[in-house]
Amino acid sequence: MLIDVHAHFLHDRTPRADWRDRNASRLAAGERIGITIHVASILGSWGMTSPTYFPSQADLEYGNDAMIALQRQHPSRIRGYVAVNPNYTAEALAEITRCLDAGMIGIKLAASRRANDPLLDPICRMAAERAVPVLHHVWQSRRGEYAGQEASDAWELAELAARHPAVHFLLAHIGGGGDWLQSLPAIRGLSNVMVDLSGSGVDGGMLEACIDTVGVQRLLWGCDLTMETGWAKLRHLEQLLSPPQIEMIRWGNAVRIFPPGAFPSD
Amino acid sequence: MRIDTNAFLGSYPFRRVPGTSPEAVLAAMDRLGIDQAWVTHLPGVFWRDPAAGNKWLLDTCDRYPRLRPVPAIHPGVAGWRESVDSARAAGAPAVRCDPTFYGIEPSGQAVRALGAACAVSGLPLVLAVRLEDGRQRHPNDRAAELPASAVRTLVRSDPRLKLLITHADRPFIEEVHFGSTPEEAARLWWDICWIWGPPEDHLQILLRTIGHERFVLGTGQPLRIPENAGAKLDLLDMSAEARTAIDSGNAEALQAVR
Repeated sequence: MLIDVHAHFLHDRTPRADWRDRNASRLAAGERIGITIHVASILGSWGMTSPTYFPSQADLEYGNDAMIALQRQHPSRIRGYVAVNPNYTAEALAEITRCLDAGMIGIKLAASRRANDPLLDPICRMAAERAVPVLHHVWQSRRGEYAGQEASDAWELAELAARHPAVHFLLAHIGGGGDWLQSLPAIRGLSNVMVDLSGSGVDGGMLEACIDTVGVQRLLWGCDLTMETGWAKLRHLEQLLSPPQIEMIRWGNAVRIFPPGAFPSD
Repeated sequence: MRIDTNAFLGSYPFRRVPGTSPEAVLAAMDRLGIDQAWVTHLPGVFWRDPAAGNKWLLDTCDRYPRLRPVPAIHPGVAGWRESVDSARAAGAPAVRCDPTFYGIEPSGQAVRALGAACAVSGLPLVLAVRLEDGRQRHPNDRAAELPASAVRTLVRSDPRLKLLITHADRPFIEEVHFGSTPEEAARLWWDICWIWGPPEDHLQILLRTIGHERFVLGTGQPLRIPENAGAKLDLLDMSAEARTAIDSGNAEALQAVR
């Protein structure tokens, strides 16, 4: 089994006219790679009618509905994260309830509010109640403010994770941009923070540093926007680790942190 | 036959990178079925005179024939023409220049002079757009990325000059390719190491719009894990002829054009 914990899909109300092709390409590449389940989110309208990282409630609901529809259309291949904007607390909590009840298996927080902000606490309390993980977008080692997002880094996610030890957090895309070398020590001592290996970055030494710093039991395989890099990392890991360790990264660790029954064989 | 046209030997100054020795690069090549790698002395890229690393590079490649030297040339340093001659005499498949790391104008007079010398000697000139993702570079690693305009200027500077551009992404490649005449574009080769695969399918789109003849296998190892280049090719639906061309045929053609 191979679980991609960081995938995205598009829908008809995004800026991409080729959205169907991109969705189809992800699934086709997944077949070739051997991905059993894509755990995916849709960030509102991806900028069409509200900013990708500051999505409106209406866009979030439309995107989450599209994600639920994909999950139902591909029950053996796709699972969903419910994406929310923590600036709208009541709406976010209601949306999480609605979408988890509809079969989604996790919560996606992007960059609408800094990870260590108290506004994220009610969402994390709900994650604990519902026993679902939180995938948090991270800019590895933030050196300032970046246009278009209120990005968080690993140190800020670590503060949130320390306040909610019962919740599993996924530090998003270690290869997704920013200085990953600074991220790993920030979460070393927090066993409830997992490292999602996705992202376009395929730096030599990155995977070795992940293994050395947080251990195999805290690594999750994923692709995000570039599936070839995910496959390459898997191939590279195969010459670094034993087959049982590879199985943990391919699916075992994911099965441990997502709700029981989220995946076909658990 | 597989030729990795984009590989390095030696340590990187801005972070620890495993597998930088010739033996480690050869082991990675064995693992991935790569028969030959075109290699540059990585520390030299950051030296005042990168050619100071070329002797070690040539000696190393003499010891390991599957590694072929791509000596670095700083055209602002006295004696650079002799370095080009030495590269040719040593059978180098190409020479490289990293002008932004040397602190010189990427399409200035010195680099154009190097281009002319390469054109005369028949040696392709390798230029990298970048070595690392700009979002993660060391705070003191401030060299600019190679601008697309510089490549357009260089390819126009001499009708015999062949350029191999590494670490370029789709927008960069499209800007240069479609900003060049067909004759100019036919003297440009691109390595695939920084081009995205599915679901954005940038490589597949480029192979359709530009043609597989212009692309060569390049990994960027050991700064990048070498599995990436092969994985993106394995995700493509392509003919055996096109795959062979990218794996090795285009690189062989590039160095054969003298």
